[in-house]
Amino acid sequence: MINVNNVSKSYHRDRIEIPVLSSITISVPEGEFLALMGPSGSGKTTLLNMIAGIDSPDRGTITVGDTEITSLNETELSKWRSNHVGFIFQFYNLLPVLTAFENVELPLLLTSLGKAERRRQVETALRLVGLGDRMKHYPKQLSGGQEQRVAIARAIVTDPTVLVADEPTGDLDKVSAGEIMNLLERLNKEFKKTIVMVTHDPRAAEKAHKIMHLDKGELTI
Amino acid sequence: MFVLKLILKNAGRHKLRTALTILGIAIAVMSFVFLRTIVTAWSYGVEASAANRMISRHSVSFIFPLPLAYRDQIARVPGVEAISFANWFGGVFKDPADFKNFFPRLAVDAETYFDVYPEYLVPPDQMAEFQKERNACIVGEKLSREHGFKIGDIIPVEGDIYPGQWEFVVRGIYKGKDPTADETQMFFHWKYLDERMTQEENGRAGAIGWFIFRVTDPAAMPAVARTVDDQYRNSRAGTKTETEREFQQSFVSMSSAIISSLEAISLVIIGIILLVLANTIVMSARERTREYAVLKTLGFSPGHVVGLIGGESLMIGLLGGVLGLILAYPVVAAFAQAFPTFFPVFNVAPWTLALAVGVALLAAIVAALFPVFRALRISIAEGLRTIG
Repeated sequence: MINVNNVSKSYHRDRIEIPVLSSITISVPEGEFLALMGPSGSGKTTLLNMIAGIDSPDRGTITVGDTEITSLNETELSKWRSNHVGFIFQFYNLLPVLTAFENVELPLLLTSLGKAERRRQVETALRLVGLGDRMKHYPKQLSGGQEQRVAIARAIVTDPTVLVADEPTGDLDKVSAGEIMNLLERLNKEFKKTIVMVTHDPRAAEKAHKIMHLDKGELTI
Repeated sequence: MFVLKLILKNAGRHKLRTALTILGIAIAVMSFVFLRTIVTAWSYGVEASAANRMISRHSVSFIFPLPLAYRDQIARVPGVEAISFANWFGGVFKDPADFKNFFPRLAVDAETYFDVYPEYLVPPDQMAEFQKERNACIVGEKLSREHGFKIGDIIPVEGDIYPGQWEFVVRGIYKGKDPTADETQMFFHWKYLDERMTQEENGRAGAIGWFIFRVTDPAAMPAVARTVDDQYRNSRAGTKTETEREFQQSFVSMSSAIISSLEAISLVIIGIILLVLANTIVMSARERTREYAVLKTLGFSPGHVVGLIGGESLMIGLLGGVLGLILAYPVVAAFAQAFPTFFPVFNVAPWTLALAVGVALLAAIVAALFPVFRALRISIAEGLRTIG
């Protein structure tokens, strides 16, 4: 499903090269729930971003499904992301001026779906995350856990191949974090979503099938 | 549709900031319209000039008189089809410190003047009354409104260029054929002036200020001017003959420093509009860097981001521009009312409106350039890390 092959990445700051990832090779089968763990600065978010097609490696290739995304240009990547990837961020990243419904509808606006069909899919996604009664609420009217559930609804509304989650429980209390992880686990088990999750939280990582550790840009396990 | 909806919602996110920006632009646009209206009003005479009218005045300055005897000679020049003349009278009406009491008072040839100025419309019965009475005068409708002049009223004027007490009886009120016609003037019989000069200062009799004549073919104007001026080249009172437009332009040129200053201030105002708007748009776009990154992550194109930033800038610029235009009308009207005779025609010209809206929109586009460039340049990963 996801094949990361010998990927390296460095950042440049004031002419100083800072290596972030060194020759990473991983394979994530379809339906897998992978947790990436490691200390801050270990490169796990960079790796996640590259798998999701929002960052590119200096060397190596990444293939998701049948597509080698490292060979796509910006426009192709943009289209690929909208069709194949659902994003869940630590700070939810909902647009504050849009309601929960409108936030979830965002990815569907780029499809050819009609208004009625979009509505049906948005309502389904919001009900799935348990927020069928909060569709007209704005982000500021929701709790952190509810906001993250809206973000998950937005991530799954296009029925993507892969879900990438960057510290999805990092900004939540213990109870809410538990609910979010149960939801992700359900999406993986019931809906067979392949999930790659970055987390610091060992309890969150427990829900994954597989845990990989990164340290200083290298896989340690 | 989505972009438009998000533009509207984004603009309403910081209501006070957006409102203050719109108000700032509105005040700047209002000032711009006001200044441009002054510049336009200053040169209204140039714009209102007839294409087939010429002026012949003393070659040194129009304050020096020409002999009336030139009239028949000029009338015989090939291409001249109608001729009249006028003379600046000046004088003081009521309190000279009150600017509204200053209005042009011209001694004209009562028989021919309104023939060469068909844009001044006088009812036939009033014209007949005017021509019968030697100390009669005709006033413009705007002037009559301002001072309450009615038919039969006597206008007392204390002479300065032509000393003595003068009284003129209002026998007619003229209207402009179109909005560019000057309705703030007073015309009276040159013969009335000439008679007094004959009695009191004989050396000034038989003199007029300038000739106005209509030509059959505007293309022949340079030749007509040459012929007229050649006739008097070696006389004591040489002439300078030019088109009416050039004649009016020479008055405007005297105020070129003021006009240039006003135009410079107009440019400064455009700069102010740009800075006010740019400040808001740069701030807004910076705050939303992460949101733009999220949109790009979800598959929205750079074009959508350009639309969001540029659209918001255009919307604020346009709202400020339209509000500025709405505010400009009462300001212009108040100025026109306060100084009714300072500018004979003081209206907001249609092209001034178009220019003001154009300036606001251009400022909106320029103001959006930097934030658009920044939003497009920043990578998604970097954008997602940004704290707005």
